[in-house]
Amino acid sequence: MWLAGALVLAFLTLFLVLPVGKVFHTAFVDAHGGLTLGHFGAFLEQDLMRESFANSLYVATMSALFAALIAVPLAYFTVRFQFRGALLIQTLGVLPLIMPPFVGAAAMQLIFGRSGTINLLLNEHFGISIPIMEGLNGVIFVEAIHYFPFILMNLTVALRNIDGAMEEAALNLGCKGLRLFWRVIFPLAMPGFVAGASLVFVKVFDDLGTPLVLGQTNMLAPQAYLRITQVGLEDPTGYVISVIMILFSILAMALSARMLAGKDYSTLQKGGASIARRRLTPLGSLAAYGWIAVVLLIVLSPHLGVLLLSLAQVWSFSPLPDAYTLAHYQTVFQDSGGMIRNTLIYCGLAAGLDVLLGVTIAYLMLRTTLPARKWLDWIATASLAVPGIVLAIGYLRLFKGVMVPGTETLLTSTWIVIMLAYAVRRLPYALRSCVAALQQVHVSLEEAAESLGAGKLSTIRRVVVPLMAGGILAGFVTSFITAAVELSATILLSSAESQAPMSYGIYLYMQSVAGRGPGAALGVLAILVVALGTYLSHVVVERTGSRFAERPVDEEALPPLPAGVPAKP
Amino acid sequence: MANHNRTRATAPALLRRLLAPLLLLGAAAAVQAGTVTVVTSFPKELTQAYKSAFEKANPGIKLEILNKSTVQGIAYVRELPEGQRPDIFWASAPDAFEVLAGQKLLANVAEQANKAVPAKVGSYPINSPDGLYLGQALAGYGLMWNTRYMSAHKLPAPAQWADLMKPVYFGHVSLSAPSRSGTTHLTVETLLQGEGWDKGWAQLLQISGNSAAITERSFGVPDGVNNGQFGIGLVIDFFGLAGKFSGFPVEFTYPDVTAVVPANIALINGSKNPEEARRFIAYSVSTEGQLLLLDPKISRLPVLPPAALGGKVPPAYPNPFEIAKRAKVSFDSDLSEARYNVVSSMFDQTITFRHKELREATKAIHAAAAALAKKPNAQGQALLKQARDLAFTPIVGASMAGDKSFLALFTANKKDAAANKQVTGLEDRWNSQARDNYGRAKAFAEQALAAAR
Repeated sequence: MWLAGALVLAFLTLFLVLPVGKVFHTAFVDAHGGLTLGHFGAFLEQDLMRESFANSLYVATMSALFAALIAVPLAYFTVRFQFRGALLIQTLGVLPLIMPPFVGAAAMQLIFGRSGTINLLLNEHFGISIPIMEGLNGVIFVEAIHYFPFILMNLTVALRNIDGAMEEAALNLGCKGLRLFWRVIFPLAMPGFVAGASLVFVKVFDDLGTPLVLGQTNMLAPQAYLRITQVGLEDPTGYVISVIMILFSILAMALSARMLAGKDYSTLQKGGASIARRRLTPLGSLAAYGWIAVVLLIVLSPHLGVLLLSLAQVWSFSPLPDAYTLAHYQTVFQDSGGMIRNTLIYCGLAAGLDVLLGVTIAYLMLRTTLPARKWLDWIATASLAVPGIVLAIGYLRLFKGVMVPGTETLLTSTWIVIMLAYAVRRLPYALRSCVAALQQVHVSLEEAAESLGAGKLSTIRRVVVPLMAGGILAGFVTSFITAAVELSATILLSSAESQAPMSYGIYLYMQSVAGRGPGAALGVLAILVVALGTYLSHVVVERTGSRFAERPVDEEALPPLPAGVPAKP
Repeated sequence: MANHNRTRATAPALLRRLLAPLLLLGAAAAVQAGTVTVVTSFPKELTQAYKSAFEKANPGIKLEILNKSTVQGIAYVRELPEGQRPDIFWASAPDAFEVLAGQKLLANVAEQANKAVPAKVGSYPINSPDGLYLGQALAGYGLMWNTRYMSAHKLPAPAQWADLMKPVYFGHVSLSAPSRSGTTHLTVETLLQGEGWDKGWAQLLQISGNSAAITERSFGVPDGVNNGQFGIGLVIDFFGLAGKFSGFPVEFTYPDVTAVVPANIALINGSKNPEEARRFIAYSVSTEGQLLLLDPKISRLPVLPPAALGGKVPPAYPNPFEIAKRAKVSFDSDLSEARYNVVSSMFDQTITFRHKELREATKAIHAAAAALAKKPNAQGQALLKQARDLAFTPIVGASMAGDKSFLALFTANKKDAAANKQVTGLEDRWNSQARDNYGRAKAFAEQALAAAR
């Protein structure tokens, strides 16, 4: 127990606390190395900074709200009704995450923008245009569409885990329909919802790509980025903004934790006996399918845009491209096979590391009396509040001149730092999923196992982890695909094209004046890879879910051991 | 997903086992002999073309591209210790090379120069006089526009910067910010040197007031014009030409107030493979290397005159040496460097970050001017003049901008909290003052409009 705690702590300290500490240090130190608050004073006196702060807050709040509007009905439909589109919704609901937001934003402009498909057609037929992509609206629109899966995934897992008996009890007491949802089901799924919504809020608060592509500079993240890259690494204002963003994000996370504090959400039954699936009335099913169709159309528009772009010879000021070609795919296959492989390696390793850490921290936090165990959670979650670019700069500074042991190579010029940055930045997702999953495993199940003579470790292996499997997998998938589209840290840490992951490749190709075709083609490939991964993991979750219904514990349900680890020590 | 029981029991051993192959992999990815590492801000189709052609011509040498914006590239090179640095720096902005040279980060490459390259383009030396960097391509600045957009909105094609101040172009122009893009900085500085400080800023403010957006990256402008989000963009020439020759419905022109300056290539001191790197530099300015620039997707202007390229230049291609002859501005890079941060900061505080207010003021001024043209009215004219003066006068006048101590403020050590506070305080004053000025200008213009009714 102590050893596990110490290991996790060491990892977090070395790859999160120290680099970020470096950034803090820079924000509070003047030219002579003395401590100073002068940089902060300079920051607070600026109107622009205050305005940026308000804008960031507004955009993050609205995005979380719209994301919830999209995600809550979708999650409810899939879990609640006998209905054919459930798998489709789950898979499609994850697709937005694989697109780097800036690619999504670029495609959205071609569809919803000033001279985009929609507005050109509207103008032609009705003489009107909708300013949906103008100003902060555009950012909110893109962000909500991009990040709603966080809420969807977490909420679906939480809804699945609700004990059907609760619902039946409510029905027996005459509670039906919407009231049942609002008064019983939704509150029980609250941990999943809050986990998702707070993630969306903080992600949007930190997001850099989308506002930049849409040209919105009066927000905190763009301001920090502009200061740091424009004046160079020496400019303290950039660090000051980073520090303020970090502090504020931590505050947001803390508030969401406070909301859940002191309530018990665990129920005894798991999985199979979840809320009964009902048939929809014809009218209800029409409404449900209609809503889903509308949402999916909007959600899939960036993908459609990217797909068209990848096949387009020239797409300019017209509803659809002029002519189609496969040349862009040829270009990508010629130049970028390595990038696809790199993405799989880095993100797979990072997500694996995350799940390992996530389960360990969740268990230590909820099931042991280790002193300061909450701190592990705080530190890990705090990395959400660290903008990628800040973490990257922290790495570059901290590991400056450090060699990979036994070689002549700098650590910062290998891909290991990219992988580590991914792991640290994505840890909170895996952690939230693991914690939410463990919160719903009632401690009495473990007590039962132990009273039958199982030791702590075999209880964890045979009872806790299998019961958490869905949450663990959700964590792995979320970490993996969000890492696959991470860009801000990647830009700084990619020191060579041969070691660059896909997201960076897309970014490079997207900067071509000769057309964005190859970038879009690579984007389409990325979407395909992740869609496949998500589909497979979904199948696994479904299977384990149904298996638990028959036999609560099953050896086969254990995840396979990683290669290279002997099955019997 | 490991088996957590066992992981926990043997975590250190497992970590070791996991990390060992990783470290080996990392080491294998290390730069082997014969690899030339190039830091560049150039787009992928250009770097890819040079990589393929050079590797084919020199088997055994590999080219490794590090794509970074110019500013990031400088920071990157500066951060690395000697012996670990990349080999070559290759970018558009001449001032970046001056910065690197000033920090003793460049080696002499006069040996690698191609003798057939002329000494000057217009009055600007193509290769650096101290031999620390070579001109590798030439670039001028101008306007590109989307022909479909223009005909849909019934707009005439522009020819000069000053055309973009006309009310007809309101909401159809786009440009980037000098702080974000070296090429835009050169464009802005060219305009300021060509028209003089006060008149240049007045033009910039009016063009920006007519703009739909101030894009975050220089690339955002040609991209927006290519796909029809914007009508007209202020761009470096190859942005416009590459779009045009790749089939987009765009056109490009050089206004009279332009300058032709070289994009450079240099060898970094303390790099791993200087010998192979020198071969690449020589290749990049050789006839063979220069011909690569003519690819439609790249469309850059070679430093070799068209005659030296054996008639391979397409007929529609501009001749930089001709353009430089008729260009009005002989670019002064020392002046540009002296006020670099002031120009960037002024543009950001009064235009980029206050674009919404500037646009509103501009719109109101256009409306009032149109009404007064129909129904002249002395009081209205006076109000309109006040509005114009408020909105389109630079926040720092020419005399102040020439003041050494004022400029020194902006080049002081940023880590010095007092100096930093002074600068940010000043920037904040500019920002608030710009907001107030645009607000008042809008109010005056609305009064002028009311007077004309």
